[in-house]
Amino acid sequence: MAQRAATRPAITPNGSPAAPLPVAAAPALGRAEKLELYYFMRLTRTLEERLVSLYRQTKVVGGLFRSLGQEADAVGSAYALDRTQGDILSPLIRNLGSMLVQGATPLEILRQYMAKGDSPTRGRELNIHFGDVRRGFIGQISHLGDMVPVMAGVTLSFKVRGERRVGLVYVGDGATSTGAFHEGINFAAVQRCPLVVIVENNGYAYSTPTSRQTAARHLVDKAAGYGVPGEQADGNDVLATYDVTKRAVDRARAGGGVTLIELITYRRKGHAEHDNQSYVPEGEIERWSRENDPIDRYAAVLRDREGVEPQELAAIDARVQAEIDAATDTADASPPPQALDALVGVYADPPAVPPLWFREGSGAPAAAAAAERPAGWGTYDG
Amino acid sequence: MAEITYLEAIREGLIEEMERDPAVFCLGEDIGAYGGAFKVTDGLMQRFGENRVIDTPVSEVAIVGAAAGAAHMGMRPVCEMQFIDFISCAYDILTNYVATARYRAMLPCPMVVRGPSGGYVRGGPFHSQNPEAAFLHTPGLKIVSPATASDAKGLLKAAIRDDDCVLFFEHKYLYRRVKETMPSGDHVVPIGQARVAREGRDLSIITYSATVWKALEAAEELERADGLSVEVLDLRSLSPLDDDAIIATVRKTNRVLIVHEDTRTGGVAGEITARITERAFEWLDAPVMRVTAADVPLPYAPQLEDYVLPQTADIVGAARTIARY
Ligand SMILES: Cc1ncc(C[n+]2csc(CCOP(=O)(O)OP(=O)(O)O)c2C)c(N)n1
Ligand SMILES: [Mg+2]
Repeated sequence: MAQRAATRPAITPNGSPAAPLPVAAAPALGRAEKLELYYFMRLTRTLEERLVSLYRQTKVVGGLFRSLGQEADAVGSAYALDRTQGDILSPLIRNLGSMLVQGATPLEILRQYMAKGDSPTRGRELNIHFGDVRRGFIGQISHLGDMVPVMAGVTLSFKVRGERRVGLVYVGDGATSTGAFHEGINFAAVQRCPLVVIVENNGYAYSTPTSRQTAARHLVDKAAGYGVPGEQADGNDVLATYDVTKRAVDRARAGGGVTLIELITYRRKGHAEHDNQSYVPEGEIERWSRENDPIDRYAAVLRDREGVEPQELAAIDARVQAEIDAATDTADASPPPQALDALVGVYADPPAVPPLWFREGSGAPAAAAAAERPAGWGTYDG
Repeated sequence: MAEITYLEAIREGLIEEMERDPAVFCLGEDIGAYGGAFKVTDGLMQRFGENRVIDTPVSEVAIVGAAAGAAHMGMRPVCEMQFIDFISCAYDILTNYVATARYRAMLPCPMVVRGPSGGYVRGGPFHSQNPEAAFLHTPGLKIVSPATASDAKGLLKAAIRDDDCVLFFEHKYLYRRVKETMPSGDHVVPIGQARVAREGRDLSIITYSATVWKALEAAEELERADGLSVEVLDLRSLSPLDDDAIIATVRKTNRVLIVHEDTRTGGVAGEITARITERAFEWLDAPVMRVTAADVPLPYAPQLEDYVLPQTADIVGAARTIARY
């Protein structure tokens, strides 16, 4: 059963993929690395589950976005980057896993969702909207598509400086409809930037099914229009995701320019935690969760093909749990931001804007904080 | 008749206009089958069908541009921006194409672009914006910002009937917090007319949208604690501004505080201040002052958002300064 699940083509709400999806083997990866992929997928899921319980305790300020069922696509693709070469990715809201691979910590994620003063953005931004160039991820903004041209520029600078670095940018099926996506990928294609564009087709953009988002048969078909290679892969197969991305990363590093990859996956939770998914056909979510859960599938692959013992996976699960428990305690004890910190950091110079006249006397803006501001602007907590 | 919320009032306005005029139709992201991110258009697709309630791809330029083309053909499109923060994606087509169409090409653009704006909801920098100032500066666009449920309905109906493009900035903080019984009949609030939300003699607070409610709270407090009689002028329309109502309140109280939730520099308050100075300088007993958001992107954490956005206590303090001047 599990073996079959691992090899069957992904189910898509729009019909089946163009060609049978390749069965992943990831020959480049050793056993330890394959276990690490499992670790990051489990870390993503357990961390989000922790966030759900914090959300219910109203400790999460604002909305909560899940990647349940999409952990493989974020983790497998990010894992194909080379962290020793300074590769950089830009995640979207369902790519928590890719950030963890790049070195974001559960503590940062928890502080960020809880709007703590020592969160990576010091309470300025929400959820996983943060980045750290040094660790190789640039934070998204809400406006969909905008990160594609930004990553075109990141990778353009790799190219013109002769660096052997690669960039990767995620967009959803919905975001492919934006002008920014089109302009960004086209520009990168013309410039042959070392950029991998991952289109995560999870079946929905908020309530809109992919069939109402594009008249193209497949999102990967768009690659031809930009004159770049396109590949489609099973986003719920972490090794397939790794393989397809690794090919694109290698091509980009060798000067081959942009690749567009469509990963077929499925959004099992609502757009955000508040969304009751009333628009989803009955049984669809249950079917994906039963037949195509990326962690269940991968656990079966590890067992059947790699001879990984159940206790090994259980030990990883326990390690993840312990890490998240410890991070939760620390995040919970983190202080909220100081109000006056709101005035710090709009410009490099001046470091802080003055309080408005009716707030004068409420204290000078956190000049000390401004002076101590780290070069990476608070995105790195060691 | 029963009270309905600000959000329901918008929906009622949409339904009445769609029933009145078959040229009226809605388009936007997730507005049909789902009923919209905030459920403003809930039930409309079932009622009016897929040709009149159109779910679009995530494409603000296409939404606004297609509305303009349809408007040229005699349709009356109502575009929804899922959050008004995304109107910036359509800034080019709105300011270059739509706003100039009548002037340069004699092409009418009777269309509405509406959506949830505003903060006080922990929405962070991209789900809290107040984009009015950028568009106030663009000749050819009208802007309305209702504070009450009946104005939301009446102004929406006026916006749909208007022969030019009207930006309809609804405030998401008010969606389910303010309620009112709708006036009976065909309730249309003319664009360009302010409303005296509270009569007063000593000082005027000029404002719009959610901060009308903060100004009213402040006025109560000032009356109770200081014996000050504060007038609150709810602008309702930002373009065109109701100059006569603004000048009338200046001449009545001689002291003016302008309050808005948007950031200070280049904001609506600066424009109002200039108009007062041009037309009623000699009527002033104190400088015109502003309470606005600080000039920073709106942060997410409650401690930061509360500091950046104008609060009732700020209005009270500022009014006292002006009253003492
Ligand atoms: C330019 C823009 N328009 C609208 C939105 C509102 N919005 C947020 S997420 C979303 C759907 C995104 O769908 P998709 O790109 O498929 O990503 P997914 O949520 O499925 O991961 C929309 C419409 C936005 N963030 N940006
Ligand atoms: Mg999607």
